[in-house]
Amino acid sequence: MLQEIPPGLCFILSGILFTIGAIGAIIRRNVIVVFMCIELMLNAVNLVFIAAANALSSVDGSVFVFFIMTVAAVEAAVGLAIFVMVFRLQNTVNPYEVNLLKG
Amino acid sequence: MADYIWLIPFFPALGFIVNSSIGSRTSKTFVSWVACLAIFLSFLTAVGVFWEFLQLPATARIFEREIYNWIASGELSVNIGFRLDALSVIMCLVVTGVGFLIHVYSVGYMHGDPGYRRFFIYLNLFVFMMLLLVTGNNLLLMFVGWEGVGLCSYLLIGFWYEKDSASDAGKKAFVVNRVGDFGFLIGIFFLFLSLGAQGVWTLNFGEIGRNAHLLSGGAATVITLLFFVGAIGKSAQIPLYVWLPDAMEGPTPVSSLIHAATMVTAGVYMIARLNFLYSMAPDTMLVVAVIGVLTAFFAASIGFAQYDIKKILAYSTISQLGFMFVAVGVGAYAAGIFHLMTHAFFKGLLFLGAGSAMHAMSGELDMRNMGGLRKKTPITYWTFFIACLAIAGIPGFSGFFSKDEILWKAFSSSQGHVLIWLLAAVTAGMTAFYMFRLFFGTFHGECRASEEVKHHIHESPRVMTIPLMILAFLSLVGGYVGIPHLLGGENSIEKFLAPVFGTEIPVKTALNFDIVSAAWASEGAAGHDGSLELALMVASVLIALLGITIAYVFYVKNPGLPGRFAARCSGLYHWVHNKYFVDELYDLLFVRGTLKAGDFLVKVMDDWMIEGLVNGTADWVKRAGGRLRKVETGYVQEYAFGIIVGAIIVVGYFIVAPMF
Repeated sequence: MLQEIPPGLCFILSGILFTIGAIGAIIRRNVIVVFMCIELMLNAVNLVFIAAANALSSVDGSVFVFFIMTVAAVEAAVGLAIFVMVFRLQNTVNPYEVNLLKG
Repeated sequence: MADYIWLIPFFPALGFIVNSSIGSRTSKTFVSWVACLAIFLSFLTAVGVFWEFLQLPATARIFEREIYNWIASGELSVNIGFRLDALSVIMCLVVTGVGFLIHVYSVGYMHGDPGYRRFFIYLNLFVFMMLLLVTGNNLLLMFVGWEGVGLCSYLLIGFWYEKDSASDAGKKAFVVNRVGDFGFLIGIFFLFLSLGAQGVWTLNFGEIGRNAHLLSGGAATVITLLFFVGAIGKSAQIPLYVWLPDAMEGPTPVSSLIHAATMVTAGVYMIARLNFLYSMAPDTMLVVAVIGVLTAFFAASIGFAQYDIKKILAYSTISQLGFMFVAVGVGAYAAGIFHLMTHAFFKGLLFLGAGSAMHAMSGELDMRNMGGLRKKTPITYWTFFIACLAIAGIPGFSGFFSKDEILWKAFSSSQGHVLIWLLAAVTAGMTAFYMFRLFFGTFHGECRASEEVKHHIHESPRVMTIPLMILAFLSLVGGYVGIPHLLGGENSIEKFLAPVFGTEIPVKTALNFDIVSAAWASEGAAGHDGSLELALMVASVLIALLGITIAYVFYVKNPGLPGRFAARCSGLYHWVHNKYFVDELYDLLFVRGTLKAGDFLVKVMDDWMIEGLVNGTADWVKRAGGRLRKVETGYVQEYAFGIIVGAIIVVGYFIVAPMF
C-alpha cells in the first residue's frame, strides 16, 4: 500500500506543511503557536527524509529522522523553559512585546 | 696587559654602578672615595699600558681586544672591543689623570651641595663614556661614547635644574650637539656603505685604515666633511660653538672636566683617529683648518669684552680648540694632540682656579666685582698665574711648545698657508691679552666686592688647592715632552704618536714666498729652514708678550683706559660685548623658524589634516552605524523572516543558476 504513494506527492505535501509552518512562525503572535509551527517545519523535513529513504531503499534518511526528533525534543524543552522565564518577567509571551534586544 | 685594557673604562662604570645603587644608603665620604678611586684605578691601568708601550718597539704598540659580539646582522658585524695605541693611551692618561684631579677637587667644591651623590654619579658616568669614546675600536662604539658624553654634558650643565638658566643651557647644549651628531652618524653610514661597495664591510678602525685606499677621493671628502660636522658640534667650532659659553651654568668642576679638558676635545681626537681618511681629502683639511683658525680668532675677540670669568674661559676654550683644529687641518695631528694635552692641563687649571676664586668670593663670577685676590688666596693666585703664562705661550711653559708647534706647522706644512699662520699668531697675541685682562682684573688692583663678601674671602681647603698645584706643575712641565728639534729636543710626543699618524704631511718643499716670508727673505733671515722657524717662534713670543703688556697697561697701570676705549668705540664694543649677536641671529633664524614651522604643523598638519582624518573616519563609522542599527528591530519574527528570505535566495540561486 504504502509503496504505491509516489514520492513526488510526499514532497509536495511536505513542501506545503513546511510553508504553512514557516508562515505561521513569522506571523503568529502567540509564542506557543510559533513554537508549534517550528515543530511543523521540522516534521515536514522528516517527511521528506522518510519518503526519500523509502524511494531510494536506504536507511540513511530514517537515521536522520531520529536525530531531528531528538533535536526537536531538546529544543522544545529549552524553548519552553525560556518562555516560562520570559512570562514570569514580562507577563506576556507575545514576541512583538519582547523586543528589548534591539539597535 | 693587553688582556686587561677593558679595565680602563670598566672602573668608572663600576664606580657609577656602585654609587647609583647603594650610594644613597652610605655616607658622602664613601661616595667620594668610590668615585675618586674608580678614576684613579683606571688611571693606574692607563699608566701601566703606557709603561708597557715604552718597553715595546714603536710598531708593536697596539693592544686590541674584543670582548663581545654586539651586533651581527648580515654584513654588519660590530664587536665591543677596545683598542689602545699611542693616540688613545695619551687620551686615556689625560682623561683619567686630569679627571682624577678634578674629582678630588670636586670633593671640596661640591661639599655641602644637596646633589653631592648625583654629581659624582654623573662624573663617573661621564668618564666612563669618554673612555669608551677613546678606547673603542670601532666607529659605532665611539659613537656610543660620543653620545654618552653628550648626555652627561646635558645632565651636568643642568645640574642645578631648579635654575631656569641652567636647565635651558643644558637643553641648548643637547640640541646643538644633536646637529653635529647627525652629521657624524650620516658619516658613519656613508663610510660603511662606501667601503662596503668595495667589498669591505667594517667599522673597525684598524680595518678601515688598511682599506681606506679603496675609497675614491670624492667619497673620502664627503665622509670626512660629515665627520667634521660632528666634530664642529662636539668641539664647539663655528657655527655650532654657541652652546659652550652657556654650558658654564654647570658647576665649575664640570666646566673644567667636560667643557675644557676632555669632552670638547673629542672632535680633535676623532679627526686624529681617522687621520688616514682626512689625509686623503685635502679639501676637507683646508675646511678644517680655516674653520679652526676663524673660530680661534672669533672666539678670542669675544673674550675681550666679557666680564663673567667663566664665560671668558669658555671663549678661550673655543679659541684653543680652534688652534687644535688648525693643527689637524694642516696635517700636524701630533701637534694637535700635543696641544690637546697641554690645554687639558692649563685649561683644567684655569677653570679650577676660577672655581677657587669664586669659592673665595661667595660665588661671585663678575670680574667687575672682584680684584685684589692676590693676598688672600696666594695658592690660587700663583697657580692661576702659571696657567695664564702657559696659555699665553710664554717660553718654558707647556702652552708655548704646543702652540708654537701648531703655528710652525700652519706655516710650513704643505696644507698650511701663511694667512692661517698670520691669523693664528694674531689670535695667540689676543689670547695673551684677554687672559691677562682676566688675571689682572681678578687678582690685582683694589677689591671691588661688597664689605660683607670681602670679609669672607679665604683660601680654598687643601683638597681643592692640591689638585691646583699638581695641575700647575703639569702646566709647567707638560710641554717638555714635545721640545722641538730646533731647541735641541727630540719632540718625543711626535715620535711616540708617529705609528698612529704614519708619515705626516710633508713640509713644503719650496716655501711660498708670500708677503710675510718675502719680507724676511729680503732681510736674509729666511735663508734656511731653521732660522725661519726660529724667527716665527720669536715673533709669536713677541706677540704674546705684547698682548700681556697691553693688558698690563690697560688694567693695572691705567685702569681708566679700558672704559675710555670702550666709550670711544662704543658701537664696536657693544657689538663684541653682545657676542656679535650670534645668539640673537640663531634665535631669529632657527629657533623662531622652528617654532613657526611647529606652529604651522600643529595648525595645518595636526589639527586639520590628521585630526580631520582620524575624527572624520570615526564620525563616518558612527553615522553609518546609526543608520545600520535600525535593522536590528528586536522582533524575533522579523529575524526569522530574514533567515527564510536568505534561505530562499540561496536555494533559488542553486536552482536557477544551472539553467543558464
